[in-house]
Amino acid sequence: MSAVMISRKVTRKWEKLPGKNTFCCDGRVMMARQKGVFYLTLFLIIGTCSLFFAFECPYLAVHLSPAIPVFAVLLFVFVMAMLLRTSFSDPGVLPRALPEEANFIEMEIEAANGNVLAGQRPPPRIKNVQINNQIVKLKYCYTCKIFRPPRASHCSICDNCVDRFDHHCPWVGNCVGKRNYRYFYLFTLSLSLLTIYIFAFDIVHVVLRSVDSGFVNTIKETPGTVLEVLVCFFTLWSVVGLTGFHTYLISLNQTTNEDIKGSWSGKNRVQNPYSHKNIFKNCCEVLCGPAYPSVLDRRGVMLEDLSSPAPSDASSTNKSSNPVSQTTKSSAPLIPNEHTPDEAKPGIGAGTQKSASSPKDEKPPSPTSPNAVTPGVIKESAH
Amino acid sequence: MISAPRTATDRTKLPYCHESFHNLQELRHSASLANKVFIQRDYTDGTICKFQTKFPSELDSRIERTLFEDTVKTLNNYYAEAEKIGGQSYLEGCLACLTVYLIFLCIETRYEKVLKKISRYIQEQNEKIYAPRGLLITDPLERGMRVIEISVYEDRGSSGSSSGSSTTSSSGR
Repeated sequence: MSAVMISRKVTRKWEKLPGKNTFCCDGRVMMARQKGVFYLTLFLIIGTCSLFFAFECPYLAVHLSPAIPVFAVLLFVFVMAMLLRTSFSDPGVLPRALPEEANFIEMEIEAANGNVLAGQRPPPRIKNVQINNQIVKLKYCYTCKIFRPPRASHCSICDNCVDRFDHHCPWVGNCVGKRNYRYFYLFTLSLSLLTIYIFAFDIVHVVLRSVDSGFVNTIKETPGTVLEVLVCFFTLWSVVGLTGFHTYLISLNQTTNEDIKGSWSGKNRVQNPYSHKNIFKNCCEVLCGPAYPSVLDRRGVMLEDLSSPAPSDASSTNKSSNPVSQTTKSSAPLIPNEHTPDEAKPGIGAGTQKSASSPKDEKPPSPTSPNAVTPGVIKESAH
Repeated sequence: MISAPRTATDRTKLPYCHESFHNLQELRHSASLANKVFIQRDYTDGTICKFQTKFPSELDSRIERTLFEDTVKTLNNYYAEAEKIGGQSYLEGCLACLTVYLIFLCIETRYEKVLKKISRYIQEQNEKIYAPRGLLITDPLERGMRVIEISVYEDRGSSGSSSGSSTTSSSGR
């Protein structure tokens, strides 16, 4: 048996994911494209804390208590951990529909709409579902080709649909969604505490020192204090306010997105169907709910186009293989109309070809054997 | 749960089995993908992961309604177990928070454990029930938990059969 060895770099799925995210550490880290403000956040936090440890802590440890710097270190570590966790994790991105699923949905839509006369505007693509006696409209996402689940929204900055989309936070360099909302909240909460802590002990330090050596001398000895106080003062208003706002949202089980849009503002007797009507229960659900797994298989290995005979054990080393057959039974062609966004048009009618979203594997479609299922296509292993 | 008959002659007696697929391996080699059916999410209970148990008409001639509904209901139960908010999830959440979520580097979350159970269950269902009927269920996790994708296969006509009691191909993890 001639096994042609292809020495190739393993391609992981994150390299082929659509959307405008950047990935690091071979797919382990996932962030938005613009990271400038995130670096600013890091700089401010690390810078201010360094100044605090350098100028205030030696004095306070000696004159007041050594517990003060210890607690500051713990808080700082917690803040950094929460920040990095929020920034680097998958917020709950919904993968785009593979061609067969997109076709299936299109057929459903056309069946639901019936015959639309040429020139007439087709009805908007909306599905109504009833959740807890409340009608919720599910919108169709033209980019991802899915009906968005309730509370999901499409982030235009990251170009992904995110489940339980809260907002896109440039300070954190990522979207805030179902999977990282609690880390985001804990970040803002702990940062508020850290800011208040540093601010308070800066004042204490200045007062204590001024009693000994006078105010002007104190400033001369510890110039860092001025900077710290400035940064903390401005941070306090914004971060503490933000924490308060999110505490309010959590107690009502709402997202920032819903709050801005006024989805559950009470007009027309519209109520929030997701709220348990109990502050404690709402908080528990958001903060102590289960840790949802990522449905984006970033580190799964993609099967390359095979140019050698593919024994089944070649694919068994991969984490997952993909049962995308290149051809399916012909389905109704997708009919673009004047309401189809331009970016969706090239994809329509090319449903069986590789789209950016479908993990590419196996041979390209061959016109002579339209129903071929290549060996090894069937999924052998689970996620 | 009805298990698949072992021999080809037994299989031809199945009311819903036009083709006699022996196991997943044969399905792969001698069948061609005809269609895919997508079972959508059921949002009536909110955003929890739950799939519709409505029987799709495309599977009418392929599998018994009760078997299908059993599969979907069991999957729904698994997901409900994973997403249950109760004592264990609080404990897990608080413990994780205290360790700055580093504990997740060492232990698996409850959700991940249940997902593994689900994938084993789907594998078992495929082997025992769906593959003999020329169907294949894809784990919803691979479709973003949006749909249960059921692939419908049709015999190409060349089901050369050794009596297929061999175990199914290994799930290379």
